[in-house]
Amino acid sequence: MARALIHMPATARRGEVIEIRALIGHPMETGYRPGADGRIVPRDIIRSFVCRYNGEQVFGAELHQAISANPYIAFFTIATESGTLEFTWEGDNRFAHSEKMTLTVSAA
Amino acid sequence: MKRRDVLAAGAGLALLALARPASATPEEMAAAIKVFTGGVTPKEGKVKFDIAQLIDNGNAVPVTVAVESEQRGADHVAAIAIFNEKNPQTDVAVFTLGPRAGKAEVSTRIRLATSQRLIAIARMGDGSYWSKSVDVIVTLAACIEGEAP
Amino acid sequence: MKRAYALLLACCASAASAADDARRSGSEFMSASTQAMQRDDTLNPGMLWISGGEAQWNAAAGKSGKSCAACHGDAAKSMRGVAARFPAFDAAGKVTVNLAQRINICRERRQQAPALKLEAEELLGLEAYVAMQSRGMPVAPPQDAGTRASAARGQKMYFQRIGQLNLSCAQCHDEQWGKRLAGSTIPQAHAAAYPIYRLEWQAMGSLQRRLRNCMSGVRAEIPSLGAQELVDLEAWLAVRDKGMTMESPGVRP
Repeated sequence: MARALIHMPATARRGEVIEIRALIGHPMETGYRPGADGRIVPRDIIRSFVCRYNGEQVFGAELHQAISANPYIAFFTIATESGTLEFTWEGDNRFAHSEKMTLTVSAA
Repeated sequence: MKRRDVLAAGAGLALLALARPASATPEEMAAAIKVFTGGVTPKEGKVKFDIAQLIDNGNAVPVTVAVESEQRGADHVAAIAIFNEKNPQTDVAVFTLGPRAGKAEVSTRIRLATSQRLIAIARMGDGSYWSKSVDVIVTLAACIEGEAP
Repeated sequence: MKRAYALLLACCASAASAADDARRSGSEFMSASTQAMQRDDTLNPGMLWISGGEAQWNAAAGKSGKSCAACHGDAAKSMRGVAARFPAFDAAGKVTVNLAQRINICRERRQQAPALKLEAEELLGLEAYVAMQSRGMPVAPPQDAGTRASAARGQKMYFQRIGQLNLSCAQCHDEQWGKRLAGSTIPQAHAAAYPIYRLEWQAMGSLQRRLRNCMSGVRAEIPSLGAQELVDLEAWLAVRDKGMTMESPGVRP
C-alpha cells in the first residue's frame, strides 16, 4: 500500500487561498534504466493526480517519467465551503491510491 | 560452453546499447509545444520559472512555475505545461488549474538527465499562451553505487 | 591548515569547543533547495518513511503480540536521545551494534518477532522514526569499554588506504573536503543526519549503504551489510561527530 502525506490547513476563511502539498511514495520507474541483470526495468509510473473538492475537480496533473520518484506536487485552491478534499493518484500496473482531507471553512 | 555464454551475454549487451533511447531534441520539444498550444506561438512573459541554476542531483530538482493573473473570469490560468530538451522524453507534466485555483502556482520535483533548456507554458482562460524558458546545469553524483542492496 | 585539521579530528574531536569547531555538516555543502527539502517536514521525502515507521511503532509484532509502544510508550518521550547514543555495545550479545541492529535485537528478544532485513523499507522506517526523536540533540557516543574498542577499530579503518584507487576516508574527507569530485563538492563525512533520503538513491538509506557506496567508489571489496567492520566505522564516525547536531531524517544529493 502506498504511503501518502497531504499537508494543508484544517480550517480557512471563505475566499482564502490555501496551499496544498501532496507527497506519495512511488518509484516512478522510467523504463529507461537497466536493472542489476542488465535488462531494462519496465516503465512503472504514476500518470495522473487529481484533487476534487466536494466532488468538483479543482486541480489535475498529467505526469511523465521526468517527474521524480516519490512525487511531490504543491498547488493552491480557494476555500469555498466546508467539506472533503479527495486526492487520487493513478498509474501503470493499475496503480490507484486516494486520500481524503477535511476542510472547515468559516465565514469570511 | 563458458565462452559461448560470455559471447551471448555480450551480444545481449550490444543490443541493449542500441535499444537505449537517444535523448529528445530541441525539434521534439518544439513539436510538443505546438501540440499543447494547438500551433499558437506562446509569447514570452507572465510566467515565472523558479529552478536552481546549478543542480545538486538531477534525480530530484525542485521547480516552481507561477503565472501572473487576476485569476478572475477569462484572466485565469487553465493549464501549465513543462517541457524539456534533452531527457529521453520531452514531456514533463501538464497541470490543469482553472478559476478555483486562487493562485496560479505549482511546485514539483523533476528529473534532468543532463544540462539543458526547460520551458514552462501557460494556457490562459482566453486561449492565449505565455512561456518562460530556463537553462540549467546538471552535475553527476560521485560514488554512485554499483548496484542497490 | 588541512593537516592541522586532520590532527584535530584524529586526537581531539571531543575537546573542540563550539567557537573553533571546524566541523561542518554535510548539509552546508548542498544547494539551498536541497537544504530547504531537509528543513521543511512538508517537503522532506524521508517523512514518507517516518510515517511508515510510526505506524510500525504502534503495530503489534511477533508471538508477543506487543508493539514497540506497548513497552516504550510515546516514542517522542522514550526514544528522545537514544539514536544519539548509537552505535553502542550490547552486553548480552557482547558486540557493538548500530540502531537498526538494536531494533532487531528488541524484535527478536522482546517481541519474539523475526529480525527485519537490513536496509528493507520496514527497518529503515523504524530506524528513521526513532532517529528523528533525537533531532536537534548532540551526538553522544557511549563511553563504555566495548563501544570505545569498536570506535578504535573503526578509526584505524578510517585512515587505512583501500581499493584499487588506494584511498582512505581521511584523504578525501579530512584533507580534500570542499574540493570537487566529479562535479560534486566533497563533504567532511559527518554522519549525524542518517538515515537519509539520498537524491541519488531516490529513496531512504542507512549510513552503511552510503559507506558501501564510497568503498565501491574507490574500487574496494565491500563488506556485507551488517558486517562488524561497518559497525566499527560507524562507531568511529560517532566519536568523530561527538557534539554535532543530529539532523535525521536528512536529505543529501
